[in-house]
Amino acid sequence: MSTLESLLTIAGLTLITLLTRGFFILPERELPMPDWLREGLRYAPIGALVAVIAPDIVMNQGRLIQTWQDARLFGVAAATAWFVWRRDMLGTIIAGTSVMLIFRLGLGW
Amino acid sequence: MNTLRSRLTALVQHPEFARGARDMVGVALGIGAWGLVTGVAMVKTGMAPWLAVLMSLTVFAGTAQLAAAPLIASGAPAWVVLATAACLNLRFVVFSAQWRPYFAHLPRRRRLLLSYFTADLNYVLFMRRFPEPAPAPGQQPYFWGGVLVNAGSWHLMSLLGITLAYQVPSAWGLGFAGTVALLGMTYTLLHDRATWLPALIAAAAAVAAYALPLKLNMLVAIAAAVVVGVVIDHTRAPRRRALS
Repeated sequence: MSTLESLLTIAGLTLITLLTRGFFILPERELPMPDWLREGLRYAPIGALVAVIAPDIVMNQGRLIQTWQDARLFGVAAATAWFVWRRDMLGTIIAGTSVMLIFRLGLGW
Repeated sequence: MNTLRSRLTALVQHPEFARGARDMVGVALGIGAWGLVTGVAMVKTGMAPWLAVLMSLTVFAGTAQLAAAPLIASGAPAWVVLATAACLNLRFVVFSAQWRPYFAHLPRRRRLLLSYFTADLNYVLFMRRFPEPAPAPGQQPYFWGGVLVNAGSWHLMSLLGITLAYQVPSAWGLGFAGTVALLGMTYTLLHDRATWLPALIAAAAAVAAYALPLKLNMLVAIAAAVVVGVVIDHTRAPRRRALS
């Protein structure tokens, strides 16, 4: 992406922040919430989130990883275990990242 | 000028302003950590630091930034980046319906300014402080007190993250902190089979369709999640109706 394109994309993202947060605040008249929005709302964020993270976890340079000796897998396992145990975000991030670092820097995986 | 200044002074000196700020301090550690991770991850996924600074100061939506940074760095077309961010921000659309009764009476320019700052935790704390969905005195000072701490800790820590990312070697793979943050966010959204199944199928679709150009695998995965989710809803609903 060129610099200009990146700038325009960032401007677009700012506009999206404003328009989604103000969606029902900004109109002068009352808007009913359409059904398709209510249904899509439930699943679209999950789809977008896993679409970002799944390739980051199980792929390497566009290919599925062929070994279990990958620091990221252990990071994910630690983060998942922490979330199941404590249900808190901060601990999940710290557990996942530090376990990944231990395996990467300690074992070179 | 003078009137603006006196209005600001009155706002800051209102007791609800301090209360809003104090309530937000309780969760500021979490906001700061999230900002720090976002700052580090944006730079470590390959974004130019000055663009990361600009993005952090203007976009002001952590999940969307974490997802958009690697897409921008890998050269995805703008519309795919924007579509992804819009999907991640859909929750704010739901929040905005609940904000409306409090703010609808205000002039539009004021509503624009308020809308921009209605982040997740402002929503949670405000609704707890003012459960009655009607305008009341003290609401705006409370809101702005919370915004000061929320936006302040967010921006400070994400700028710190962008600076720190420079000192950390790329071989550490710290962009992974952003992935883990998004993973945690996903777990908070998964509570039953109706959400697990769409998530797993979307993940598989994102990996299987990875070779598509323009990062179109993002849209394939979102479509898969929505279709599977809606199908599950529609196959379960009649049975529930029959039972009741």
